[in-house]
Amino acid sequence: MSHLPSIQLGPIDWTILVLYFSFVVGIGVVLKRGMKSSSDFFLSGRAIPAWIAGLAFLSANLGAQEVMGMAASGAKYGMMTAHFYWVGAVPAMVFVGIFMMPFYYGSKARSVPEYLKLRFDEKTRTFNAFSFAIMTVFSSGISMYAMAKLLNLLLGWNFDLSLWVSAAIVLAYIFLGGLTSAIYNEVMQFFLIVLGFAPLVFLGLRDCGGWSGLVQRLNLVAGQSHNLQGQAYAPGAWVSTWQHMGAPGANPMGVEWFGMAMGLGFVLSFGYWCTDFLVVQRAMVAENETAARRVPLIAAVPKMLFPFLVILPGMIAIGLTYKAGQSGFALPVKGGAFDYDMTIPLMLKHYFPTGMLGLGLTALMASFMSGMAGNVTAFNTVWTYDIYQSHIAKDKSDAHYLWMGRMATVGGILLSILTAYMAVHFNNIMDMLQLIFAFVNAPLFATFLLGMFWKRTTGHGAFFGLLSGTAAAALHHGLSAPVGAESLFKGGWLGHVAHVYPSEMAQNFWTAIWSWSTCFLVTILISLMTTRTKSDGDLRGLVYSLTERHGEGHLPWYQRPIHLGALILAAALVLNLLFA
Amino acid sequence: MTFDLRLPIGLLFTLLGLLLTVFGLFSPPELYQRSLGTNMNLWWGLAILAFGATMLAFALRARRAASAGGRP
Repeated sequence: MSHLPSIQLGPIDWTILVLYFSFVVGIGVVLKRGMKSSSDFFLSGRAIPAWIAGLAFLSANLGAQEVMGMAASGAKYGMMTAHFYWVGAVPAMVFVGIFMMPFYYGSKARSVPEYLKLRFDEKTRTFNAFSFAIMTVFSSGISMYAMAKLLNLLLGWNFDLSLWVSAAIVLAYIFLGGLTSAIYNEVMQFFLIVLGFAPLVFLGLRDCGGWSGLVQRLNLVAGQSHNLQGQAYAPGAWVSTWQHMGAPGANPMGVEWFGMAMGLGFVLSFGYWCTDFLVVQRAMVAENETAARRVPLIAAVPKMLFPFLVILPGMIAIGLTYKAGQSGFALPVKGGAFDYDMTIPLMLKHYFPTGMLGLGLTALMASFMSGMAGNVTAFNTVWTYDIYQSHIAKDKSDAHYLWMGRMATVGGILLSILTAYMAVHFNNIMDMLQLIFAFVNAPLFATFLLGMFWKRTTGHGAFFGLLSGTAAAALHHGLSAPVGAESLFKGGWLGHVAHVYPSEMAQNFWTAIWSWSTCFLVTILISLMTTRTKSDGDLRGLVYSLTERHGEGHLPWYQRPIHLGALILAAALVLNLLFA
Repeated sequence: MTFDLRLPIGLLFTLLGLLLTVFGLFSPPELYQRSLGTNMNLWWGLAILAFGATMLAFALRARRAASAGGRP
């Protein structure tokens, strides 16, 4: 770990850091006056303008692991990583805005699990609420752990101190200002990330001699038998998205177009953007239904451009590693492979002079913390409404639930700290938990799709469909393995490997496809065998065919969600074609 | 109940922009070897300052319109 000399921060870097975090906490302090009811605390009083909710919707997903992970993938797989944006995010964001927000918003559900309760029954809600609550605490803990580790590595800061101080800052602003505070800070963080990382791309590209210099370098990377994949690819493999997807062996990601389009583009992407309360919560708090529908659409516009901000640095880094630019940047080698995960921090350190360095590090820390904050606000809502109010203490005063929300914030953060320390000591438990959550999440979108568009879907159907989808995911994972798997967490834990995938990513995509299909079919079968417990009247506002649609004809064309959605999809298509 | 978010965003980035610009003006050129010879603090500081000032201007204009009774 000590192969990197730590960065020395100058007085100007410290000033930037302190200035930013005093604004963060200051926002919480000012917002505290407005926190009078539980609805203010958990739902921002449903009064957030669409552009703010939209940027928060995007930012909640823009944790530092995402930023650093995408740069790492950019180095490992090149331009293909953009599939996670142009195929794996934008279409689902348009879908949730146009087709699903009317039910989430119109039903007045306060959380995604609560929608499941209104649409199906208590057991389906409770299953979702518990798995979601545990997952959020776990992710925020992992985020804290990763940040403290990075600060320790990069700046030589004390691990425990970094962990507790960042937890205290997040606690302060959520405890005071609730969801509004988290959302406001997510928007600030969005601008900070863009303004902090854009110059990195600019300097990196200049170091390569512009785009053509980068392409030339990446063709060189593709042609060599690369030390990660151990084989050479066609020259364009690092700069194209679709051209080399005919067979899994032809591209560094090791996936073919069908597995990618179905597994990532449909199951995983729609499962995340359409059902994960962490993001959906940001749209639920918009000031009215049309604004709520516009939230994911507004978010989709910058999302489309993010590959240039987060993937490009990785591509630049690997290009410069194979053929040096004038500044001599190269990725260090760690344990026989390049240290991909450190791409962004190392580039910050290499290119930014003191001053800019403070800005870049602040952006990185801000994204770690908002990753935590997003999880904590989603956790305190689900805990308070879907677990505490529905199972532990019904019919208490609103002030009581507001108090509970604040306590849940403290509790959630303490549990995250505990998770962070668990991650230090038991790496395997973390891998296992991550795997289990992947199993639980994979089938969810089938349940929502059937629930929202087929009124015949019953509570039993939904619940057992979800269970069998989770089981199918576990089973598929247990019977398959990626090439060269060395641990049971990678697959094959049932002792027999029926199918070997060319890469871990291909295996993940196919696990999702199996899980989704199983949940879809079982939900239909069981729904047909069981009787409906909810009448058409109960399902008004929850199911497509039973909900009257509000005309949005009075809006100018550019404000109508359907038009915006079509424009965004067209733009995503153009990007796919440009970089095919 | 809440306040205009453009206000703190405008304030923060105006301050950050000023800080970087002034620092860029008075720092030695050797500092910018790593950024390929460009004084990033100065130029990017100015860009951030422009962004912050724009946000601030929008926030103040909205506030004036509100206090003039333009909006309830």
